[in-house]
Amino acid sequence: MKKFFRLLGKAKLGTTLFLTLLVTIWTIPTLGLIITSLRTKDEVDNSGWWTAVFNPLGQQWSLDAYAHVLDGVSNKGGMLEALVNTLVITIPATILPILIAANAAYAFTFLNFKGKEIYFSALVGLMVIPLQAALVPILNVMAWVNRNWHIHIAGDYPAAWLVHTAFALPLAIYIFRNYMLTLPVALIEAARVDGASYYQIFWRMIMPMSVPALASFAIFQFLWVWNDYLIAFIFVGEQKPVMTYKINLLLGQYGDGWLNVTAASFLSLLVPLAVFFSLQRFFVRGLTAGSVK
Amino acid sequence: MSLLDNIVFGLISVLIGVGVSYGVYYLLDRAVSLLPKKTQEKIRFLAFVLPAAVLVTVVLLYPLVDTIVLSFFNNYSTKFVGFDNYVHLFTSQDFFGILFNNFLWIAFVPAVTVSIGLLFATLTNRLGPTRERIFKSLVFMPMSISFISASTIWGLFYESVPPGRPEIGLVNAATKALGGTPQALLSNDTFHLNSFLLMIIVIWLQAGFSMVLLSSAIKGVPEETVEAAKIDGASTRQVFFRIILPQIRGTVMSVFITVLILVMKIFDVILAMTRGDHNTSVLAMEFYHQFVTADDAGRASAVVCVLLVLIAPLMWLQIRTVKHQEELR
Repeated sequence: MKKFFRLLGKAKLGTTLFLTLLVTIWTIPTLGLIITSLRTKDEVDNSGWWTAVFNPLGQQWSLDAYAHVLDGVSNKGGMLEALVNTLVITIPATILPILIAANAAYAFTFLNFKGKEIYFSALVGLMVIPLQAALVPILNVMAWVNRNWHIHIAGDYPAAWLVHTAFALPLAIYIFRNYMLTLPVALIEAARVDGASYYQIFWRMIMPMSVPALASFAIFQFLWVWNDYLIAFIFVGEQKPVMTYKINLLLGQYGDGWLNVTAASFLSLLVPLAVFFSLQRFFVRGLTAGSVK
Repeated sequence: MSLLDNIVFGLISVLIGVGVSYGVYYLLDRAVSLLPKKTQEKIRFLAFVLPAAVLVTVVLLYPLVDTIVLSFFNNYSTKFVGFDNYVHLFTSQDFFGILFNNFLWIAFVPAVTVSIGLLFATLTNRLGPTRERIFKSLVFMPMSISFISASTIWGLFYESVPPGRPEIGLVNAATKALGGTPQALLSNDTFHLNSFLLMIIVIWLQAGFSMVLLSSAIKGVPEETVEAAKIDGASTRQVFFRIILPQIRGTVMSVFITVLILVMKIFDVILAMTRGDHNTSVLAMEFYHQFVTADDAGRASAVVCVLLVLIAPLMWLQIRTVKHQEELR
């Protein structure tokens, strides 16, 4: 008997039960979304989603909502097109800041130049600047470029790439530099002695060695851009609607019920959730490496 | 444009975008190596820093300064109007309500997020690795959800229906089941109820982030210090507050600041849930309202400048924290 209790104590039953309760509370909202999206309009309008949980067999399940929002013809659909737009915005907006920030972080870590410390402090300070503080003038600059050079930026993908990239740079440079500082300097000096140029050292040594930091930042940036609404709405807008833009439109259609918007929302979750669950380990490692020493 | 066109166009632009950026660095390196050796050493850093510097200057720094300038101009930025925009803001009825909401968000969201994160971190750290992993990933999962989708998710919780209709919002259904009266939750600003309901969404999204950081910080606390305290007869509670917490103060601060910064610019949740109506607006939402709905660049910029005043101390704090970290290296 005593042994049983000791085993029980080892299994931390109390903590497990308490956490199970907490985590259930934490997960219920997402569950509600998935369940709602799989019901019929009639059921969604007339009973809470939890009734489907308690009575799954007396319930009509249907994929109609998904068919509806994925349909490109109806004005409430178009989620497939939005998915493509989201991907086209997200991929470069993830790769570009990594490329540009890694280069800058390399200089900040291994090269000496005048005012390095001051520039770096300024970058750190810029990390807290919200997009709103720059949004209006950026639009003005884009309009000016359009007027004078006839290069159309706003309203298309590159506008979003540009803004996402610039706003990711301070944090990315900071994280990459933190990581690069842990790389062995001796190795790099040896490469210099062997006649490698700084450019070669960067691409052949620093980049491969920094993959853990680059990968974890990539996951974050990917999720941020994927989930962003403001930049996609202001700089790309209805010409190339992204998923968050579409969902917000659906949310605004009062009287339309919850069915379509839950299906659209769940579709927008699929990619981030897949990224999250498959790369979780890097994600966590990146988080802890970035801010905690 | 058909979907296929979209995909092809997308792929091509991805390739061009990335290719051009790579090419820029290659050309920069070539350009620098053409220079005399001595100059090369001096401006080598530019080959790596220049694109970042240009982007940050053109898309961040200059617009930041220009926003401050524009806040003294009229709605289409064509005429200097002095302090008119600010006068308008500070004399408008809603503005102090907005500021107060901002204050509520700042006062509650970061602190609660850190506390919940600490709770989850301490509890999950006590469990075996498998259970720890499962629990953590479930708490962490909302981090991958956008504010807009989260609004859909929580909309199902907060939904209210006209009297006589079956309750389809969980909160109101539960209220009814417990004998209370269902109410229009998101338009009820008694004691800022609706603002708090919106805050719950953000806390729900961010708690996992807080948990992960704090959990790893707690694991980094030297075992000896905890053991020594236990031998001296400290209770679990004392160990936590006197031994562990002081040692993870740095992480607690950085989580707090990160969430605080997020809270300062939050607006998607409010936009999606209430459009800023019913006394739920905050500065970032008011910016959106002034710029997008009212089409007034001057007033929108003035709102942002007020926000910047709130953010300035964070900027200073951030720089100071990093400086401190550098000294520890």
